[in-house]
Amino acid sequence: MASRIYADRKIVIISTFLVIGFIYIVRLFYIQVIDKSYTLSANNNVLRYVTQFPARGLIYDRNGKLLLYNEAVYDLMVIPRQVKDLDTAEICRLLEITPEGFNERMKKARDYSPILASAFEKQISKETYGYIEEKLYRFRGFFVQPRTLRKYPMSIGAHLLGYIGEVTPAQIEKNPYYKQGDYIGISGIERAYEKQLRGIKGLKIRMVDVMNRDVGSFENGRYDTAAVMGGDLYTGIDAELQQYGEKLMNNKRGSIVAIDPKTGEILCFLSSPGYDPNLLVGRVRSKNFGELNKDPVKPLLNRAIMGQYPPGSTLKMANDLVGLQMGVITKDTRFSCQGPGSSPIKCTHNHVSPLDVYMAIQQSCNPFHWQVFRAILNDPNYATVKERYDVWRNHLMSMGFGRTLNTDLAFELKGNLPSSDVFDKIYGKGHWNAMTVRSLSIGQGEVLTTPLQLVNYAAMVANRGYFYPPHVVRSVGTEKTKFSSQKNVATINPEYLDVIVQGMTEVFSGAHGTARAYKIDSLTMAGKTGTAQTSSGKDNSNFIAFAPVENPQIAICVIVEEAGFGATWAAPIASLMIEKYIFRTVKRKEIEDRMINANLLNN
Amino acid sequence: MKEQKGIFRHIDRTLVLLYLVLVLMGWVSIYAAVYNDEHASIFDLSQSYGKQLLWIITSFVIALMIILTDAKFFNAFAYPIYIGTILLLIVVLFLGNVTSGARSWFEIGGFKLQPAEFAKFATTLALAHYLSALDFDNKKRKSQLIPWIILTIPAALIILQNDTGSAMVYASLTLVLYRQGMPGSILLFGVTIAILAIMALLFNQYIVIAVIAVLLLGFTFFIRRTWQNILKVIGIFVVASLFVLSVEYAFQNILEPHQKTRINVVLGKQIDLKGAGYNVNQSKIAIGSGGFWGKGFLKGTQTKFNFVPEQSTDFIFCTVGEEWGFVGTTIVILLFLALITRIIMVAERQRSEFSRIYGYGVASILFFHFFVNVGMTIGLMPVIGIPLPFFSYGGSSLWAFTILLFIFIKQDSNRLILV
Repeated sequence: MASRIYADRKIVIISTFLVIGFIYIVRLFYIQVIDKSYTLSANNNVLRYVTQFPARGLIYDRNGKLLLYNEAVYDLMVIPRQVKDLDTAEICRLLEITPEGFNERMKKARDYSPILASAFEKQISKETYGYIEEKLYRFRGFFVQPRTLRKYPMSIGAHLLGYIGEVTPAQIEKNPYYKQGDYIGISGIERAYEKQLRGIKGLKIRMVDVMNRDVGSFENGRYDTAAVMGGDLYTGIDAELQQYGEKLMNNKRGSIVAIDPKTGEILCFLSSPGYDPNLLVGRVRSKNFGELNKDPVKPLLNRAIMGQYPPGSTLKMANDLVGLQMGVITKDTRFSCQGPGSSPIKCTHNHVSPLDVYMAIQQSCNPFHWQVFRAILNDPNYATVKERYDVWRNHLMSMGFGRTLNTDLAFELKGNLPSSDVFDKIYGKGHWNAMTVRSLSIGQGEVLTTPLQLVNYAAMVANRGYFYPPHVVRSVGTEKTKFSSQKNVATINPEYLDVIVQGMTEVFSGAHGTARAYKIDSLTMAGKTGTAQTSSGKDNSNFIAFAPVENPQIAICVIVEEAGFGATWAAPIASLMIEKYIFRTVKRKEIEDRMINANLLNN
Repeated sequence: MKEQKGIFRHIDRTLVLLYLVLVLMGWVSIYAAVYNDEHASIFDLSQSYGKQLLWIITSFVIALMIILTDAKFFNAFAYPIYIGTILLLIVVLFLGNVTSGARSWFEIGGFKLQPAEFAKFATTLALAHYLSALDFDNKKRKSQLIPWIILTIPAALIILQNDTGSAMVYASLTLVLYRQGMPGSILLFGVTIAILAIMALLFNQYIVIAVIAVLLLGFTFFIRRTWQNILKVIGIFVVASLFVLSVEYAFQNILEPHQKTRINVVLGKQIDLKGAGYNVNQSKIAIGSGGFWGKGFLKGTQTKFNFVPEQSTDFIFCTVGEEWGFVGTTIVILLFLALITRIIMVAERQRSEFSRIYGYGVASILFFHFFVNVGMTIGLMPVIGIPLPFFSYGGSSLWAFTILLFIFIKQDSNRLILV
């Protein structure tokens, strides 16, 4: 029993064991209780934060017709590692792709990741989806992921409704709500109501295993937030009228804007040439955008708010109103007209002389309006031309010219209504007078207006002196927009507007009215033609109108670029539009056909 | 009945109880580690936990058989058992199946057997038999040498199987030799070698040599400065320096790249979370995220979703750490310490030299497994693939540890009868 001598060595051995056990416990206390970083790492390992994208809000017209909705599309996804026993021929047949195409797609997916899902075929059609879904169980490793695309069911209102696209890095930086790959409204209503339409993104916390495979929700979804769907927009647009207007403006350059004067709601808003808004959706968007952007007739330009046109004779009533308001003329004041021999501005019409304001509007007499304008700029109640011009200009601004109208449309331009300082700069202080800026009397020269401003002006006249900001959206969900309570009152007494309305009515009903060919017997309409000279040498055909005169329901502005007389194109188109809106059908087929079929694109 | 009662009367209840607790905790941990909803029953035989139950039941049968065997049998047949196992280790080199790079398995009809597991108790038996023999005298050179040969043969064969981890277990049996009178200086020498090797790998070799020189120089102030002693110190310095240089050389020129990486990761010289460090890092995350009380039974996310590799075998301790927290890991560690200390205490009460030596062997082997396996999961040890006794999934290891332990329990139950 020699080894009994070494019995005390058991103490050494046991102590060693206990010391190591103690070290381990201390170490475990450190990593389990003190160091919290491991818990964080564990969460990062298993938790995936999956954004829930809300459906974007829908857009309706004034009669509840859908203008814009979300269409479900399907991406066929593949996880390469999971693909097994695949009938390649079958899948090629269903997707109508070649075996080479198949191999190419598989390679791309495998290059991206063998264990993560990637899109094998994007946006497969509903029919294909139907076939594939039936057979999906046979295609291991494949699954279908639904997504939504914006869909414009009537293919109308491209400029009005606008489109969406992926956010840019700059937008992400400005607004942290957006993440790479999100969509955002780029133009039109999609842009203006982005916040309301987009809804609120939700968040789902999923747990994944080491292969990144989904293995269920975290804590039964206790920390998940649901996506809140975007608000639906109810607009004042009349889809049928919009569609009709787009048809009338086919093969013409220009714009039609119609509004309900009682509320300021836009009934029709188009810029021509337009395009099918469905072209700017989904995977074809960038290609189509490139093509539209290169088109010389500029289909992407929103002429209704960005086109700045000389108003021509349509502006004459504004001068008359200022003259009446300032008292430099009365409704009975007559000026003489020497017809084409008039100076300094010729008259394009032959008519009686001298004539009053009613007759001057009916026949669009240039000399009469020059006289009115001269009387304004020579008003002895003010000391200088500059002061008188400012008064004139302020009155016009109260009618909505030379400024934006605070609408809900993005990119609205304000036209041009030069201030007196501009003329001081051009001609020198005190070196300009009525004669110098005489073109303004007939809506030519420096003054430029957008179709929206002109229709708003027509609505102001229809209302006898006030307007509401023209706007597209009546309500977001159940919440009404504020536009219809923002009454803008022009600085003109209503009695003078009655004078003008009378004159404009006679444009249709008068024996010599410039638009008499387009009157409707059962409807009192008021309007004004404009034949505006442009820098190209070709005249724009302008027309503004409203009806019925006693109880206005629609005000409209039509501009057809480089088409000739206002009475030839814009007036009949406006008249047809009014007929369509008031009676819902158009009886004057002969005029309608002539307008629809006219191709003025290359005038 | 009376006879049977006699057989069970002197069984050490504490050891059997600790064994049962560890085995059952292991089973539940395996269930939690590989649990899936589709096979929720812990008795589902298509899953690891169902199979482990079979291993547990058969282990109980084996334990019972050992208890029923005559205690003298193991001492008498120590050599034949040892030689039989050695033969199996040789045969497996030629006929075995390869699993994760190691040719160490016999596969007989879907049933896997790992001879290396059984070599542990066989070697311990042979060692105990030799050391307890009447003609053993640790003053004789032959008596000093043969125990090393007994250890080295199975270890070498297992290294040939490319299972270095299992081979290292035999180093733990040097503790038995220490208890039997091997000079402590040899153990100290071994530890010094290990420390020098680690230093050589961690730091610049010349700095290490310089530090050795300074330490030895300081040492000479405390000894009698005779020529003999000074020569000895110089000799030690030369040997240590050569060793440091050769470690560096071996590391750079002999080790495979993946072995270098593993060592570097353990030494903290290299951070490689996707490669060699992945297991350890994920394992630490699993245990660390358990916190004080743990995430709760079947609530572990790390181990459940396969982040920790080999979670039911070598990394089973992670599941305990994640689901039962610091409380659970401490309990498991205390249970192991209790088992091992109890084995040593029981060994010390043996009157039979064979039983005592064998007991020390059992304690050393269990401790080594515990030390390396748990150390690996908490990042204190390199990744060495050896199981946690009674916990890890696997028939061979459970059977082998059961045999290892119950032979000792049987010997102990006979302590009053023998001698």
